[in-house]
Amino acid sequence: MATIAFLLNGTPQQCDVSPDTSILTLLRDHLGQTGTKEGCASGDCGACTVAIGEATATSHIFSSANACITPAHQLQQRHLVTVEGLAKEGTLHPAQRAMVECHGSQCGFCTPGIVMSLFTLHNDLLQRPLAQTQELSQEPSQEPSQEQLEASLGGNLCRCTGYRPIREAALRMNDIAYERPKWFDATLPEPERLSKVSEAVGATSFFAQPASLAELTRLRKAAPQARLVAGGTDLWLENTQRLTPLNQIIDVSRAAELITIEEGSLTQQPGWWIGAGVTYSQLEPLFKEYFPAFAHLLHRLGSQQIRNRGTLGGNIANASPIGDTPPVLLALNAHIELASVSGTRVIALESFFLDYKKTSLAADEVVSRVFIPKLSSHTQLRIWKLSKRREDDISAVLGAFSYRIEQDKLCDVRIAFGGMAATPKRAQAAEAALEGGAITQQVFRAAQQALRTDFQPMSDVRGSQHYRQQAAENLIERLYLTLSAPDQEVMLHAYAH
Amino acid sequence: MRTLTKLDGNSSRARRELHDHIQGAGPLARHTVESTGQRQAGSSSYHESAEKHVTGNATYIDDLVLPANALHVALGLSPIAHGSLTQLDLSKVKDASGIVDVITFHDVPGHTDIGPVFPGDPIFVDQEISYAGQCLFAVAATSLQAARRAVTLATVVIDEQPAHLDPVTAAERGEFVRPSHIQTRGDWQLALHQAEHLIEGGLFVGGQEHFYLEGQACVVHPTEDEGVIVHTSNQHPSETQKLVAEVLGIPFHAVTVEVRRMGGGFGGKETQASPWACIAAIIARRTGKSVSLRLPRSEDMRATGKRHPFHNRYRLAIDAEGIIQGGEITVIGDCGYSPDLSDAIVDRAMFHADNAYSLGDAQVIGHRAKTHTASNTAFRGFGGPQGMMVIEGAMDDIARKIGEDPLIVRKRNFYREGRNVTHYGQQVDQLQLLHTLVETLESDSEYWSRRKAVSDFNATSPVIKKGLALTPVKFGISFTAKHLNQAGALLHVYTDGSVMINHGGTEMGQGLHTKICQVVARELGLDLEKVRITATRTDKVPNTSPTAASSGADLNGMAARDAASKLRKRLFDFAAAHFEGGLDREGMHLEDGMLIAGIGESERRIPWGELVQTAYLNRVSLSEKGFYATPLIHYDRSIGQGRPFYYYAFGAAVAEVSVDTLSGEYQVDRVDILHDVGDSLNPAIDIGQVEGGFIQGMGWLTSEELKWNEKGVLVSDGPATYKIPTFGDLPAIFNVALLEGHPNSMASLYRSKAVGEPPFMLGICVWSALRDALSSLTNYTMSPHLDTPATPERVMLAANAIREKTL
Repeated sequence: MATIAFLLNGTPQQCDVSPDTSILTLLRDHLGQTGTKEGCASGDCGACTVAIGEATATSHIFSSANACITPAHQLQQRHLVTVEGLAKEGTLHPAQRAMVECHGSQCGFCTPGIVMSLFTLHNDLLQRPLAQTQELSQEPSQEPSQEQLEASLGGNLCRCTGYRPIREAALRMNDIAYERPKWFDATLPEPERLSKVSEAVGATSFFAQPASLAELTRLRKAAPQARLVAGGTDLWLENTQRLTPLNQIIDVSRAAELITIEEGSLTQQPGWWIGAGVTYSQLEPLFKEYFPAFAHLLHRLGSQQIRNRGTLGGNIANASPIGDTPPVLLALNAHIELASVSGTRVIALESFFLDYKKTSLAADEVVSRVFIPKLSSHTQLRIWKLSKRREDDISAVLGAFSYRIEQDKLCDVRIAFGGMAATPKRAQAAEAALEGGAITQQVFRAAQQALRTDFQPMSDVRGSQHYRQQAAENLIERLYLTLSAPDQEVMLHAYAH
Repeated sequence: MRTLTKLDGNSSRARRELHDHIQGAGPLARHTVESTGQRQAGSSSYHESAEKHVTGNATYIDDLVLPANALHVALGLSPIAHGSLTQLDLSKVKDASGIVDVITFHDVPGHTDIGPVFPGDPIFVDQEISYAGQCLFAVAATSLQAARRAVTLATVVIDEQPAHLDPVTAAERGEFVRPSHIQTRGDWQLALHQAEHLIEGGLFVGGQEHFYLEGQACVVHPTEDEGVIVHTSNQHPSETQKLVAEVLGIPFHAVTVEVRRMGGGFGGKETQASPWACIAAIIARRTGKSVSLRLPRSEDMRATGKRHPFHNRYRLAIDAEGIIQGGEITVIGDCGYSPDLSDAIVDRAMFHADNAYSLGDAQVIGHRAKTHTASNTAFRGFGGPQGMMVIEGAMDDIARKIGEDPLIVRKRNFYREGRNVTHYGQQVDQLQLLHTLVETLESDSEYWSRRKAVSDFNATSPVIKKGLALTPVKFGISFTAKHLNQAGALLHVYTDGSVMINHGGTEMGQGLHTKICQVVARELGLDLEKVRITATRTDKVPNTSPTAASSGADLNGMAARDAASKLRKRLFDFAAAHFEGGLDREGMHLEDGMLIAGIGESERRIPWGELVQTAYLNRVSLSEKGFYATPLIHYDRSIGQGRPFYYYAFGAAVAEVSVDTLSGEYQVDRVDILHDVGDSLNPAIDIGQVEGGFIQGMGWLTSEELKWNEKGVLVSDGPATYKIPTFGDLPAIFNVALLEGHPNSMASLYRSKAVGEPPFMLGICVWSALRDALSSLTNYTMSPHLDTPATPERVMLAANAIREKTL
């Protein structure tokens, strides 16, 4: 047991709970706050959405999270805002009022989560310009764009309304007069000390939050059996779905080196060193500027709640064949840095994945950073994800293509797929078929043929073997069409571009 | 970054205008009591729990405060779909920490079969295992986690047998949960024989998981006598009361069932909420402690039944105009392992195999196939949607065959004068309504100019293809089990003038309680604030019907109105006699919280509070019960003919889609809906039902795919693998309107119409539009086969198949 010190709706709280306690369990079972609901306990429905505030220079910034799969211990020195808090001074928050006035609730079970997602959106609309301009504004700068609405609400399932009144509420809430309550920005409690590293070694149960890579690797060596957690978006399912106790946990999300993005280089190639604990949300500005296709993919990776928590390092270390970012990183020839007490080593990502959920990570190592090289000026990056549902779904097939066209010939072709093999994997035969080839139907037909030697996908709940193979081949055809007939619309822009 | 989908500014404005419009008083029916208050029946009041929903103060089952010594139950479910249980060793389970009680089949004191209508649902497996997810045993512990972990310690040995999962094979082998049923009208064989054109086809229509956000849950408290109080998320408290009593072997009056609200039901809590209450009740009685039983999502999805998948076939005789002369339709419902409600569900599929079209001389056959899956159950539409799919598919097929636009073919086949009797013998009333509705929608949605735009677009776009379709809905309203068409209500007026209404219906988000309060407020001339509804309880209103078949407001609203009007009459009689100088009984009415008698100078106004105070002091009862039974309906199953429905509700929708024929990805660009609710009881709530029903129907036919592995284990058992529509699936342009000026021709509640289920089937237009887009690949000469759900996988493979054929 360790004490968590945090703010709950503006009031300081201290709780002693086991390491595998989620925020949802903390709220419902320990604090008797049942406004936050459990819909799935797997981070897929959003009924348990809460807002977690972090201090900035001027005010707290709130981001949404699925309480069911977020470790309670990560609340250390954070501000947890729940649906019970919003109207505690007797007036409904604009998100709440708009939901009532727009008939946005029917059965009401998803509503607390929707209100909290709207709350963070409302806050963002008020606050992000504030963060940029340092000016206090009580008026929202603008109506949210459809893109913002989808990003904010795509992770909140509602089975009753069909979402139209919720969309109305999201628009209307910004017209409601509002004054940010003082308690939003109440002072965060100072814990006795953040890191429990020294205590953790040898303990049967701990939730350690090392503050540096050095502390992290020392702890990793001392407790190789402990589980690493960053966002918890996958690990926590072991607890909620498979009932595995998680007694010893090392939280990488406070280690300084793991949560920074640095411009840098690797073997003279310019690019970015991205800490393994950087969340998808934090990556978004960088990707928007330098890898727009990747940024577009992020919008289809999980939900806002997941993107606020999940990390690039987690997506890689998890080594799932259907993770969304690894195929892209393979196509980009990303490298990863593995760290241990004896130092660091940098390897190409493709040598990291050995077999289904098996990697070359040693027992005392952690994935510390990811290097993404800058695209050379003529390199194109295409990322196409196929899934049953556009938002918040896992890929059936994901294809990532990077290439240059020089003198009408394809070169430096790197293609990788997810969902087609036991690991995220390059399509080397297809790459070879395209490398140096002209943009002709014949060349791409050969690449389609070559895909059959690259992959023998399997059937599962997300798609049949036949579909996966056909779909992958059709994506090669899509690539051909985008290159041969650039003026023709050959895909739906909501899905790909 | 590109914008993900285009947001139509006009649409957003249009929505606001509509919203403002429906905020006003809605149209009122011909009725003696007019709605005066803005929030009485006929106006768009907010959901009675809306403020509680948005603040987290609305209480669901798992939010109830439990006594400190309460127990939590976890279930041991069969991992195997078919076999015999040869060993069940629970010794390690019993020894685990925190375990208080473990029960199996042999610990059930009373009935062990909890089949709701017909027997066939054992509360626990005795020997024979019939589906993966069937309940083997239950464990009660001091915490849910302890109970769930202990379950994994059981030793379960099963002699596994092959699982039968294909309903078509089952039908061929005669493996049915109930006998087949036939409806015949006219000489259908002769019609087929004399056909100008014969057209036939088949279709697999997938099932659907309810995915209520609040899973199955109950809390049971033992009472001081032999009984229990059951709090449950449940559409049918009276049936749960009955089953709990039978399982415990105690009289019904020892069991009280309470339902305040559900976090969604959709049919999934009509029969399938009872088993958990029964199990928890047994443990509560055995231990003397309060018991909480809540299914984790994946167990909920494996243990409970779903919408029936159907295999449908049709063979129809059509004339040169594409008008159906007759033929035969066969529907095979995949019922799972037991009857549950499947008899009525397959019946309803048969009743709707015509949808809005006269089948001429036709035979409709419905089989109830038995397979080794959970027992499929009620789900919004109750078989109706699956039945409609066959004829809507046929309409598109006919259109391609005769080279006409599918809308023309649909309209030609609508019920009309001379062709106005269904294949089960019911005459279709309000014949003109659907014609008017469709013509209005056709013009409001600019169907024909958009049809041209779609064709033009497709002519120059090789990969992206657009599709457009308009499909109608005609849905029969009434329980087809006649005895269920009754309802009761209990009305109390307290001496401060506040009013309490209870009725037999349950609130699952559909706004039933709001509408009922509005009815009472209107009958008593009160502001809505004065009327409150509390939980549905079997000790307040007994022997109730399930809240199902869209009947909640129709039946319970009439019962509440009956109670209110009886009480009103009593108060009028009292007032006329009592007040000084006598009041004019003629023309006496309640309005704005006043009793008003006389007119002009002789008008007298007595405030409601004073009226009820005075009545109380004069020993006049301020409590009343109401009752209602639907008139006219009957159906003779032995001949498959009758008038099973009191009336029909109508609607129509137009969808425009864009399909990427290379990847199978698609988006719904625009939807226009016009729906008939008679005179609306609450336009905002009704619009909510229409929109929510449409999106749910669209999800059923597009992204929601149930998958079992070859051994019969459900592998789509959570929201990670089972994809209901999410925010971005809302069409960019979504115009929804209620048809005005067409009150119900039957004397329903203020001439309103039921609205829960009918809009679900509006979603069929999306499937039809997808087929339209695919058909463009053949220049509209062929009608592509497209089973449902039409996932990107199915759409891509259908497009590939067309390409291969046409190459």
